[in-house]
Amino acid sequence: MATHQSRSAARLMMAPAVVLLLGWMLVPLSMTLYFSFKKYLPLRGGDLGWVGLENYTRFVTSSAFWPSVQATLVIVGAVLVITIVLGILLAMLLDQPMWGQGIVRILVIAPFFVMPTVSALVWKNMFMDPVNGLFAHLWQFFGLAPIEWLSQASMTSIIMIVSWQWLPFATLILLTAIQSLDGEQMEAAEMDGAPALSKFFHLVLPHMARAITIVVLIQMIFLLSIFAEIFVTTQGSFGTRTLTYLIYQRVLESQNVGLGSAGGIFAVILANIIAIFLMRIVGKNLDA
Amino acid sequence: MGKIQLKQVTKKFGDVQVIPPLDLTIEDGEFAVFVGPSGCGKSTLLRMIAGLEDLTTGTIAIDDADATDTPPAKRGLAMVFQSYALYPHMSVRKNIAFPLRMAKMDKAEQDRRIAAAASALNLTDYLDRRPGQLSGGQRQRVAIGRAIVREPSAFLFDEPLSNLDAALRVGMRLEICEMHERLKTTMIYVTHDQVEAMTMADKIVVLQAGVIEQVGSPLELYHAPRNLFVAGFIGSPKMNLISGPEAAKRDAVTIGIRPEHIDVSDSGGMWQGKVGVAEHLGSDTFFHIHDTGLAEMITVRAPGEVSFRHGDTIHLTPRADQIHRFDAEGLRLS
Repeated sequence: MATHQSRSAARLMMAPAVVLLLGWMLVPLSMTLYFSFKKYLPLRGGDLGWVGLENYTRFVTSSAFWPSVQATLVIVGAVLVITIVLGILLAMLLDQPMWGQGIVRILVIAPFFVMPTVSALVWKNMFMDPVNGLFAHLWQFFGLAPIEWLSQASMTSIIMIVSWQWLPFATLILLTAIQSLDGEQMEAAEMDGAPALSKFFHLVLPHMARAITIVVLIQMIFLLSIFAEIFVTTQGSFGTRTLTYLIYQRVLESQNVGLGSAGGIFAVILANIIAIFLMRIVGKNLDA
Repeated sequence: MGKIQLKQVTKKFGDVQVIPPLDLTIEDGEFAVFVGPSGCGKSTLLRMIAGLEDLTTGTIAIDDADATDTPPAKRGLAMVFQSYALYPHMSVRKNIAFPLRMAKMDKAEQDRRIAAAASALNLTDYLDRRPGQLSGGQRQRVAIGRAIVREPSAFLFDEPLSNLDAALRVGMRLEICEMHERLKTTMIYVTHDQVEAMTMADKIVVLQAGVIEQVGSPLELYHAPRNLFVAGFIGSPKMNLISGPEAAKRDAVTIGIRPEHIDVSDSGGMWQGKVGVAEHLGSDTFFHIHDTGLAEMITVRAPGEVSFRHGDTIHLTPRADQIHRFDAEGLRLS
């Protein structure tokens, strides 16, 4: 559609943004790569020279590595399943005409606006505290011993907190998808004698396939790097140390930048592997 | 097998009465067309018959059995929607099979019916495509196919041709008529296009603001419109309505004369005026005539090619036996 001149003008005008974005992405990535091949201990001698692949082998062979990968996958998987399933149910509920629809929808979206640190603190102190938390009171009301959420059910707690944060996002995207479903299609299915469950599986779910794909991909990107929720609750103990948190510990607690950088490269690789798998599974939904 | 009776049916949306009490009987095997301007309640009426809209009061009986509270799927009616409402994620075959699958029909019978419907509608080559890959006319056929396979006691069509282009519309109109001749099933067809109504119907139901203005065969409506609304709505171009002294001469408040019932000449006639726009169709010529002193404009349809030009004086003579007379309430005087 464009002439040769307007195309080159467009390239010229896009250039600053592209260069800025590339720099933003490439500088940290190449610095991480650079440090991952060095022995670099900021408080114990600084740059101690090249060490080849030693950081990588140390990171992978450490006893904390595989459990952290597992913890990451468990959290990402569980949160995805919970937010998608509940998101679809909530979206269908919110799609029903009701009084005060606008306000209810804003309230449902509200958790998404709470910063991760704040929401984790609120959950930790107001709900999950074994002495003063709301859950403790609830358990006591039924005559049960309160659960020490963050130590006895640490993984469940983290998954609950993160799911609570991401449910509004999933609900919002899935609600817009459900709203675009053609009413005459549902009526045609009604005339064809389809019961509610058939309508859901034959019409509603296929219609939402694309939205679900988008929710899965976007959430996965953010969930692979959750940090604040773990930092303010369990500090990585009780089996909740994810890959991100392990890297943080290597860099800041052990003051070993080289080792942490090698971990960072592993995190990039892990994210890509998961992304490729997900794209294979759900990617075909994006074509149609 | 497909007699539908509405008794004292009303519909309110909130405080708005869309359909005041209405009685209507559609006989078995009849092709009934609901026609009226948009917003006249014809689609609402169809949706009430289908069961997609609740009745406020009144009863609907299908084959003499009360069906007022029967769910849509149990009424034995099939509907073709304006947007076709095909299921976009299913192939044409699965779309057509959907009602049969929902009825848990056995596979061999399903295949037999799908094959029959597909060959009747020229869809055999498209069975494995998705609706998105089909043209508008083909989608329309799939929607009809989905209705046919259920072998319903009546078909309901909700403005099925309004999304098609003019040439395709004429073709589909013919196909639906042929389908009716073949199946002899009751059909109820909603349209705002009076040409569709005139060409297809056994029985036309003219609606305005939820009220039935007249029920009758196309020619009854054409020759004896019950009131001014029907007179103006049925027929194309529209009937000329003339009030004033010319009407008083014939003991009426308004008289109506169809464009095709006025003879033209350049020498002498009952009325005279100036030719405005002349539309030459080859088979007919439509004249818009001004300055007659009768009405704003008189439309005349002259057969063949008649050579009057813009600004010419033209003489008009209405055929006396084709003049319709209406009283002050707009009702027909016989």
